[in-house]
Amino acid sequence: MTINPDLQGRSYPAGETYSVGREAIRDFARAVKATHPAHYDVEAAAALGHADLVAPPTFAIIVAQRADAQLIADPDAGIDFTRVVHADQRFIHHRPIVAGDQLVAELHVDQVRSMGGGAMITTRAEITTTDGERTATTTSSLLVRGEDQ
Amino acid sequence: MAVSPATLEVGQQIGSATIDITRQDLVRYAGASGDFNPIHWNQAFAEGVGLPGVIAHGMFTMGAAVQLVTDWIGDPAAVVDYQTRFTKPVIVADTTAQPGEPGAVVEVAGVVGAIDAEASTARIDLTVTYAGQKVLVKAQAVVRLP
Repeated sequence: MTINPDLQGRSYPAGETYSVGREAIRDFARAVKATHPAHYDVEAAAALGHADLVAPPTFAIIVAQRADAQLIADPDAGIDFTRVVHADQRFIHHRPIVAGDQLVAELHVDQVRSMGGGAMITTRAEITTTDGERTATTTSSLLVRGEDQ
Repeated sequence: MAVSPATLEVGQQIGSATIDITRQDLVRYAGASGDFNPIHWNQAFAEGVGLPGVIAHGMFTMGAAVQLVTDWIGDPAAVVDYQTRFTKPVIVADTTAQPGEPGAVVEVAGVVGAIDAEASTARIDLTVTYAGQKVLVKAQAVVRLP
């Protein structure tokens, strides 16, 4: 399998809406051992001025990885999922994600670089509400190892 | 809120934390995040692809490490930018037969790396180590100051 060099510059339109639920925020917070009450208690979140439970800083990875999955599943991309290694990750929050948000992500393939027999693919997910409000921009670099790596 | 922007200085320590990780934690993270790659829960599969054992999700470590910053600043929504590179895997031993025993221990320490008075933000640089080696590199969280 070889990575299609023409991937660079490609975009994938927003897929299914991700509905941010309170229990999903609580489950994710427990999973990253986050103990802040604003993840669990609506009143504690309100005391900090938030409309509902606040998602942990890396919660948007759920939405970003669903968007990445479109690229990985695209037969034209030539990506073997079992050879993918997560190389770096960034979250820029334009506003906090809170329970009740309806999120969609548009995926952009910003860069494809050959690395030995493999490739480094940098993707950017622009996460907005279904009303078009910018919520977060996430960038991920995925190293796809070559056959001999 | 304990953070006082007026007295904040570059180089100031914000604290440290120890994260104990078990295989159960990785299963929990897989379920909560939707990342079910078997290298994070299946020993035979992990070894089959050339890993020394089951490894933690990089995103688990990234997500758990920022808790130090959240606790320090007092509001998880104050983290406006958070990034890292993943350099070394965290290998999590199977301690199912020894309840309470961690399969891996990760240490986190944070220091104020930069202050932007105009934007009213501070950059916190995290050092995240496992078995004496850095597992996250350039782990930086920008927080909005109160």
